[in-house]
Amino acid sequence: MSGMKKMTKTTRNNLITYAMVILLFVIMQTLVSTGNVSSLLQGLLVPLCAYIILAVSLNLTVGILGELSLGHAGFMCVGAFTGAFFSKCMADAIPAAGFRYFLALLIGAAAAGICGILIGIPVLRLKGDYLAIVTLAFGEIIKNIVNILFIGRDADGFHFSTTDTRSLGLLPDGEVIVNGPQGITGTPKDSTFFISVILILITLFIVLNLIHSRSGRAIMSIRDNRIAAESVGINITKYKLMAFSISASLAGVAGVIYAHNLATLTAQPKNFGYNMSIMILVFVVLGGIGNIRGSIIAAIILTLLPELLRGLSDYRMLIYAVVLIAMMLFNWSPKAIEWRENYTAKFKRNKKEA
Amino acid sequence: MKFKKVVSAALIAAMAMTFMAGCGSSNSGGQASSGGQASSGGGDGTVFKIGGIGPVTGGAAVYGEAVKNGAELAVKEINEAGGINGVQIEFNYQDDENDAEKAVNAYNTLKDWNMQMLLGTVTSAPCVAVGEVAQEDNMFMLTPSGTAVDCVKYDNAFRVCFSDPMQGLESAKYIADNNLATKVAAIYDSSDVYSTGIYNAFAEEAENQNFEIVAAEAFTSESKSDFSVQLQKAKDAGAELVFLPFYYSEASLVLKQAAGMNFTPIFFGCDGMDGILAVEGFDANLANDLIFLSPFTPTSEDEVIQKFVQDFEDTYGGTPNQFAADAYDGIYAIKAAAEKAGVTADMSASDICEALKTAMTEITIDGVTAKSLTWETSGEPSKEPMVVKIANGDYAVVE
Repeated sequence: MSGMKKMTKTTRNNLITYAMVILLFVIMQTLVSTGNVSSLLQGLLVPLCAYIILAVSLNLTVGILGELSLGHAGFMCVGAFTGAFFSKCMADAIPAAGFRYFLALLIGAAAAGICGILIGIPVLRLKGDYLAIVTLAFGEIIKNIVNILFIGRDADGFHFSTTDTRSLGLLPDGEVIVNGPQGITGTPKDSTFFISVILILITLFIVLNLIHSRSGRAIMSIRDNRIAAESVGINITKYKLMAFSISASLAGVAGVIYAHNLATLTAQPKNFGYNMSIMILVFVVLGGIGNIRGSIIAAIILTLLPELLRGLSDYRMLIYAVVLIAMMLFNWSPKAIEWRENYTAKFKRNKKEA
Repeated sequence: MKFKKVVSAALIAAMAMTFMAGCGSSNSGGQASSGGQASSGGGDGTVFKIGGIGPVTGGAAVYGEAVKNGAELAVKEINEAGGINGVQIEFNYQDDENDAEKAVNAYNTLKDWNMQMLLGTVTSAPCVAVGEVAQEDNMFMLTPSGTAVDCVKYDNAFRVCFSDPMQGLESAKYIADNNLATKVAAIYDSSDVYSTGIYNAFAEEAENQNFEIVAAEAFTSESKSDFSVQLQKAKDAGAELVFLPFYYSEASLVLKQAAGMNFTPIFFGCDGMDGILAVEGFDANLANDLIFLSPFTPTSEDEVIQKFVQDFEDTYGGTPNQFAADAYDGIYAIKAAAEKAGVTADMSASDICEALKTAMTEITIDGVTAKSLTWETSGEPSKEPMVVKIANGDYAVVE
């Protein structure tokens, strides 16, 4: 106990976050191995991990950097497609699934990170809401590019086209890897719950350490007062770019997890479009902007909710929306915050008396 | 007043929590039973549990809804007639929002419910994703309308509808054999597996036939309200026939816009065109002389079809489309195969699958989408498409 007290408050807070993830993993893993988990929940474990990483990484941009990004699904899409493309091409060349998946993760993260840097260089120099506008466009552009991209492979090497599979001019033994709007089918199913949880922990490690480092404080000072930060000699663009590109490459990692969990990968408005970006933003906002642990909890609840509400059939989406509104009120309405504070104060008093 | 507001906010939150808690606990109930089932590996032995997956919300809801209704109608009829070998059927239909990820979730939900056979999924991309997991579980799967080639790539999967390449091939042959045109334009939905699949096969076969494709224009699901650019290009290229391998809702717009620009080629469609006359606010005269391939025509005088259409209209209102018909046949095919194989309700899903795999290739059913319908081991049905031409605002079968 005395050891706990010696730690700074932030270290303790960070440890609680790590412990929470590990505890959840241990509980789920025990339940799975004893056969007490429904197949539905088992199937949701890996996507859940992907959404958690997305929420945490977006929180870095929205909560810590203080810039609004509406194209997080675009970075996820870049990561998903590059990762899946790599795995599909290398399925025969690298038979070791673990190693191949590791490389796919690195490639997905790098590709998404590079996209983040390319967008960040011009846009992050600007003041105001420009990042939101540009990322919104970026998400849509990426989705549309993927939808017209046809890539095939045969003995002569790779063939590219933007019209249809026939114009690839493949030899008879060639295979189509990226099939335009129909995406990539037959990605090896490499994502496992264990690896995904490890990736969550790595994400948390990166994000939490960044926040509490010298750079992290510089980033937060830009958020709180740009002029003051500039006046003490902080390189605004550099730190903004750092936070934004890390956020983007982590989204790419989430994309690789997502892609290696399903046999078909298509870029539809639903999974990589504007709606998905907003969905991730909702995780962040409901979990509390700047609150990493809150993002994790919100991502878990909001991903599970529509599936657990299946029992209500037709009213499923209706109830989901109502719950969203209720949660928003509970989290952000000044009255609700006031009530919560009163309540916790009372609770603490009672505890002391007892 | 303040207190009241605070309390109401708290109540809303409490309500939300109870919902979640309630669902959580009902789910854990399901877990316990599925855990128990895993060892015994089968249903509870009193009913056959057939699962269905398809979109009932979102853009493709029309198709999922039709499949749901068609399947439920067939289940009701079979149950009233005594079920499969005297055992009743229970049908559970889950929403997948036409999304691969959601479809796998729906599949897992059904597995928790101890599904023994699967009728689904309705749309192609989710079908491929579900096919992958169904193959791992060795679950018998019959898709009513998943047309993509990959939908039935495993031996546990069968389909009721035509495959995409087959429709493209048949369309090209029909156009050539009847000398309908020498210059053909094609408009297709490049974001849709169904539409692209047909188009690719059509374009391939066109090279061997006596007509040429002078314009091939694509659109995507996000830009399917204005076709004037595609139509203008087809017109400029001097097309005598325009091939429209997509669904009737978009096709009705194409026909309207073509009439608006005085472009009157022959329009030729595939089975997705079925139902165009029922589009609200659509002038049926525009569709005159439209030709399309279809497995099912509600106006047919065949007794089985007449009865199906009548019952469907009585129960759900509105004429059934080919999706409903495919689902209806699908349930009857499962019934026939189950009876042939002599499976019992207490068998596990995997055992049933093994039995049905062989039985599917031995049965012949007289369905609403084809007479004496049989299946090959590849999972493809053997049936001939009918050619339907619209005349005087009604469907007519061309022999």
